[in-house]
Amino acid sequence: MMPASAIFFYVIAAAILVTAILSVTTRRIFRAAIWLLLSLMGIAGIYFWLDMNFLAAVQIVVYVGGIVVLIIFSVFLTQGSGQSLPLPAKFRLFFSAVAVSLGLAFTIWILQGYGFLATAPEVPAVEMREIGKTMLSVQSGGYALPFELVSILLLAAMVACIAIAMKIPADKKND
Amino acid sequence: MSHIPLQHVLIFSTALFFIGMFGMFTRRNLITLLMSVELMLNSVNINLAAFNKYLYPQQTGGLFLALFIIIIAAAEAAIAIAIIINLYRSHHSIDVDDATEMKY
Repeated sequence: MMPASAIFFYVIAAAILVTAILSVTTRRIFRAAIWLLLSLMGIAGIYFWLDMNFLAAVQIVVYVGGIVVLIIFSVFLTQGSGQSLPLPAKFRLFFSAVAVSLGLAFTIWILQGYGFLATAPEVPAVEMREIGKTMLSVQSGGYALPFELVSILLLAAMVACIAIAMKIPADKKND
Repeated sequence: MSHIPLQHVLIFSTALFFIGMFGMFTRRNLITLLMSVELMLNSVNINLAAFNKYLYPQQTGGLFLALFIIIIAAAEAAIAIAIIINLYRSHHSIDVDDATEMKY
């Protein structure tokens, strides 16, 4: 008899894999976005199962609340939800499936034979307060520099998004 | 958590990664390609979180690396969607087979 947390993991993992497969194979692009949404929520469930509550919260806020909504917006701006995508060519489907299965089998084979360190005994989850202090710490083991770099990256990304997506009026195009 | 061996979590994330890769190989629409990339990034994040929790539970390195990957993925998605919208404006299509000006 498996304990409940083990059953929880296998159920969530199966749900994530099924929704991910549906997301990359469905021909309705809007449905692909919704399946992706379910898959990402399942991954947040995996983080909760791993007792990483902060990461799960970030996953829900950034991925489910941000990126998927952005993707759905761009679907409506460019495609509309109605049309279905053309079916990929048969040989491409076949060879992609073969390549992916071979890669998967090879990686699983490597994983089975690899001697990982022994699983460490469980400790209580890292506190939110601790995460915040580490993120802004300038001592050794702190993450203040990557934090600042990432904020500059986000600023640059924001400016770049506006610059790329901005519509140039026709009379200024040749300047 | 300790009832599941680490290998099972890693096999699960590998499967998710290769599902994303299958999407990369078969899809020809830029938005669905972006979705496949998101799946692959998420599988890497699961790996980092699992390694952190299973092997070094008293440290936070995996958590922070996963966190920064999520942030960079958000920036990447925003840029990609700006490019998609710009491409749609000039080509009236977001199929990768239609944007071949820089191919040769």
